[in-house]
Amino acid sequence: MVKEIERAGIPVVHICTVVPISLTVGANRIVPAIAIPHPLGNPALDPAEEKSLRRKIVEKALNALTVEVSEQTVFDK
Amino acid sequence: MEKIRIVHYLNQFFAGIGGEDKADIKPEVREGAVGPGMALLAGFGGEAEIVATVICGDSYFGENTDEAKAEVLELIKQYNPDLFIAGPAFNAGRYGFACGTMTEAVQNELNIPALTGMYIENPGADMFKKSVYIISTKDSAAGMKDAVSSMVPLARKLVNGSIIGSPIEERYLERGLRKNYFTEKRGSERAVDMLLKKLKGQDFVTEYPMPNFDRVDPNPAVRDLSKAKIALVTSGGTVPKGNPDHIESSSASKYGKYDIDGVMDLTSETYETAHGGYDPVYANQDSDRVLPVDVLRDLEKEGKIGSLHRYFYSTVGNGTAVASSKKFAAEFSKELIADGVDAVILTST
Repeated sequence: MVKEIERAGIPVVHICTVVPISLTVGANRIVPAIAIPHPLGNPALDPAEEKSLRRKIVEKALNALTVEVSEQTVFDK
Repeated sequence: MEKIRIVHYLNQFFAGIGGEDKADIKPEVREGAVGPGMALLAGFGGEAEIVATVICGDSYFGENTDEAKAEVLELIKQYNPDLFIAGPAFNAGRYGFACGTMTEAVQNELNIPALTGMYIENPGADMFKKSVYIISTKDSAAGMKDAVSSMVPLARKLVNGSIIGSPIEERYLERGLRKNYFTEKRGSERAVDMLLKKLKGQDFVTEYPMPNFDRVDPNPAVRDLSKAKIALVTSGGTVPKGNPDHIESSSASKYGKYDIDGVMDLTSETYETAHGGYDPVYANQDSDRVLPVDVLRDLEKEGKIGSLHRYFYSTVGNGTAVASSKKFAAEFSKELIADGVDAVILTST
C-alpha cells in the first residue's frame, strides 16, 4: 500500500515495527515503531506517558515527511 | 547408516503453544519432533531424527531480532545437528522473517546445511531467497504435504554435499545464481529459437529473467506541515466497533473508509481491530495505539499540522495478497488526491 500511495504522488511515511519488512516492500520514509500489537503505544506505561511516547513517534513521522530523501531512509533518531 | 540429526525451528503457533496471545514467548527447546516435525520425519522415512525443536514467538523474534537470533543459535548449537530446517512458514510474514533469519544464521555462522520453506509472497522470501534455500510452498499449512515432499530430497542433497539442481527441478525459490553447464545447442541457436517462438506468439522460457525491481521514487517533502492535510492509513485493521464492513481477519478482500469528523480519541467503546494476525488486546483497549488519531488531533489544534483528513482507510495486512493491497491503495490514493491530501502516515502492526 505504501508504494502505491507513493506512486500516486503523495509523500508517505511508514510507521512499522519490523523495519526490514518495510525495506523489502519498498517504503521510502520509515519510522520504527514500538511493538507489533501496539506500534504506537506501550500498555506498560501510564496513559499520559504512553500518549507522549505516541506523540514522539508521530512527530518523528511528520518530520520525516518534511525531509527530502533520494533513497529508502529509516528515521530512527 | 547413521540417522541425519535435525534441529527444527517452529513458531509458537505451529508448536501448539498458542496463537497471537503467545507470540511474545522467548526461545525454548523441546527434545524430539513437535507438530509439523512429525510430517517431516515421516517424509524422511527413518533416515533422519529430529533431535530437538527450537520454538520462538513471532513477535518476540520480530521485536528483538538480534537477541532472539543469538539465543536460538545457541540452542541449536548445543545439539550439533547435521541439518537445520525452519518452518515452513507458508504465508506468515513474521514467521517467514524468523525462518529466513535463522536459516541464514545457521548456514553462515554454524556452517551447518540449512533450509526453510515459504510462499513466494511471504516478505521473508524476498529477503532471504538469495542467501538460503527456500522451498516454494503454498500459502497455507494445507500445503504441508507438498512442502515435505520438496524439502526432503533437497535436505538430503545438502547433507550429502550432492549437486543441487535448478530452482525448477528442486522446487526452491530462485537465488539469482548463474551456473556454467554444457548444452546441446549453442547460445545463438537457442536465442533464435526463442525469437521465433516469440514472433509466433508462443510461450518460451527466458534463460535470464530480468530482476523485478519494483521501486517507487520518493516524492518531494512536505514544505509546510502547518498547512498540510495529513491522512491516516493502516494495515493494522482498525475499524469502528463491530467491523461494519466485515473486513476479514486474514487474507482481506477489502478495505474500509471511515469518517472521523469530530472524533478526538479512539476508545474501546468506539473502535477495535479486525486483524487476526496479532494479539488484539492492546489495540482493542485503545486503537490510538495503532492509528494515532488522538495525537494528530492535538497537533491539529496546536497548528503543527494543517488538518487531519476527515477519512481514514484501513485494511487487515495478514496474509493479504500483494495484488489486493496494491489494488486497494491504488483506488483510495485517487480519492486522497481528489480530497487534496498532502501526505499520508501509514501504520503497520
